[in-house]
Amino acid sequence: MTTASKQAPLLQVEDLTVQFPTPDGLITVVDRVSFTLDANRVLCIVGESGSGKSVTALSLVGLVQSRGGRISAGSVRFAGEELVGRAEKSLNTVRGRDIGFIFQEPMSSLNPAFTVGDQIAEVVRRHRKASRRHAWARAVEMLDRVGIASAAQRAKDYPHHFSGGMRQRVMIALALACDPKLLIADEPTTALDVTIQARTLELLKTLQREQDMGVLFITHDLGVVADIADDVVVMYASQVVEQAPVRELFRRPQHPYTAGLLAAMPQSALENNTPLVGIPGVVPQPHRLPSGCRFHPRCAHAQPGRCTTDPIQLRLLDRGLVRCVRAEELRDPSAAQAEPAPIEGVTAQ
Amino acid sequence: MTSRPELQAEVLQPTGTLPDEVEAPANASTFLRRFRRNKVGVIALGVLVFLILVAVFAPWISPHEPNQGELSRALEGPSGEYWFGTDDLGRDVLSRLIHASRVSLLAAALATGVALLIGLPLGLISGYFGGWIDNVIMRFNDALMSFPALILAVVIVGLLGPSLTNAMLAIGIVYAPRIMRVVRGSALSVREEVYVLSAKATGCGAPRIIGRHVLPNILSPLVVQTTIMLGLAILSEAGLSFLGLGVQPPTASWGSILGRAFPYMSRTPTTVIVAGVTISVAVLAFNLLGDAFRDSLGRERRDQ
Repeated sequence: MTTASKQAPLLQVEDLTVQFPTPDGLITVVDRVSFTLDANRVLCIVGESGSGKSVTALSLVGLVQSRGGRISAGSVRFAGEELVGRAEKSLNTVRGRDIGFIFQEPMSSLNPAFTVGDQIAEVVRRHRKASRRHAWARAVEMLDRVGIASAAQRAKDYPHHFSGGMRQRVMIALALACDPKLLIADEPTTALDVTIQARTLELLKTLQREQDMGVLFITHDLGVVADIADDVVVMYASQVVEQAPVRELFRRPQHPYTAGLLAAMPQSALENNTPLVGIPGVVPQPHRLPSGCRFHPRCAHAQPGRCTTDPIQLRLLDRGLVRCVRAEELRDPSAAQAEPAPIEGVTAQ
Repeated sequence: MTSRPELQAEVLQPTGTLPDEVEAPANASTFLRRFRRNKVGVIALGVLVFLILVAVFAPWISPHEPNQGELSRALEGPSGEYWFGTDDLGRDVLSRLIHASRVSLLAAALATGVALLIGLPLGLISGYFGGWIDNVIMRFNDALMSFPALILAVVIVGLLGPSLTNAMLAIGIVYAPRIMRVVRGSALSVREEVYVLSAKATGCGAPRIIGRHVLPNILSPLVVQTTIMLGLAILSEAGLSFLGLGVQPPTASWGSILGRAFPYMSRTPTTVIVAGVTISVAVLAFNLLGDAFRDSLGRERRDQ
């Protein structure tokens, strides 16, 4: 490995823009998203459903095309090498070997026609040019590492013999079978029970530390973020609205949307003895975005004129990035508390 | 009131199956279990096994030489010596039927093989890649399907010259679109499955995804369609041979025996009846077996 690529961050995403053709024309689902992930770090992308976080994850390894989207601008550099615009063949050598991927649905992301051992061994054989026996041994080893009891036996079982949590462990084993440097996990715990969820997270954290992997973790659950993240990117309506180290973000959210998400966590409401407050309204549809700040129709602090006309730029503030013109003013503790938004204050435009 | 405790006991009985086991695809053992319960299917399979055994052991079980007859004993009715009578050249109908089962079954397999060879790869490509490739293949498919099958087969045989191989080639080409449709439709739904995306995320190329992830998961509808197609092919072969476009004399197939006996129907109706019944039974057995496969493989229909 050259010194240049050693200095390059593990994953550097710049101005990534993803569009989908629809009957109403092209819609932009990921809008100039940038972030950087270093080796051995965990970056969480947080947002509500429809904020573009899963599409961001898929487009990093060129998978968004098979869901009908296309990357129209921006760059994704993995260890200094550009991935956007690469041929499928060359991407296929990176996928699975250097970059592992875990999906949200553990029930449907394994092929029902083959045993789980077969499926893991297949990946190992392709990327490592390993023999059948070595690949199988590796599959069993991986199943053992993700905590599946009597792995040698269970490797011969079919996916439907496993429960949801166990299947997600199999998926983790599959994704990590070739010791990838980067793991992209798209809501890997969302479909699981809370207890299983906690154990799966614990497993991911352990494996991340052991293998010095960079992990890009997509979730909508701030509890998970607090548990696992080093850095956090908050997405809203296809854009990054805030980016900060996890402590900063939880201690002092700069964007009203982030503050709103934090206030909507049952835990924080319990600890601070404040009422549980939801954010009124829903994420706007990509083809019907409001003018100005995309969050302003739902924001309790929106000011007519300043927030509602011109697009807001992402800017540096303290140790993070924020996309809000009033961020400094709102730091005043009385305003920073996301007070329940009075209904008439929600200025629909 | 007396029935109440029983009712409760029934409700409280642990079923022993997890929800995700219920939706699991039929594997080999559940398939066998379900298939064995299907009486019609088992009988159909029995009939087919019998026909295949007859075909395999034809030279040993047929009482007479199929292609040699005594002209003096032409067009006789059933008797102790000739169970199903003789044809217009005095040949034993039973022996000819037994030997014809070889020709008919082999011809059906050949035609279905050709249909699979054409329809399966094109259907997979069409369904998996979609887009313009799909459009081109499917329009060609529509054009082929808009012809009446037997007429098209007659045209193809007319072009290639009458012989059994050509007839079967023609039938295979004519029925390939049916296979293609089934394969394409199934591939279309399988390609949206998360495990296909997941395979892509592990670096699988398109040929590997099609071969390893799509094909094994469309096998059940394919098996059903193939079984039913074997029946159809027997029927088509019989039709073409009846018209003299299939098997060439002196070799006989069920269809050519029927065709040959047809002018003498008033004198020896047995031959026509026996040949017709044989064809019907074979076709029916293949169709019923296909239905039984579909029911036992699950996912297709749940109205039992």
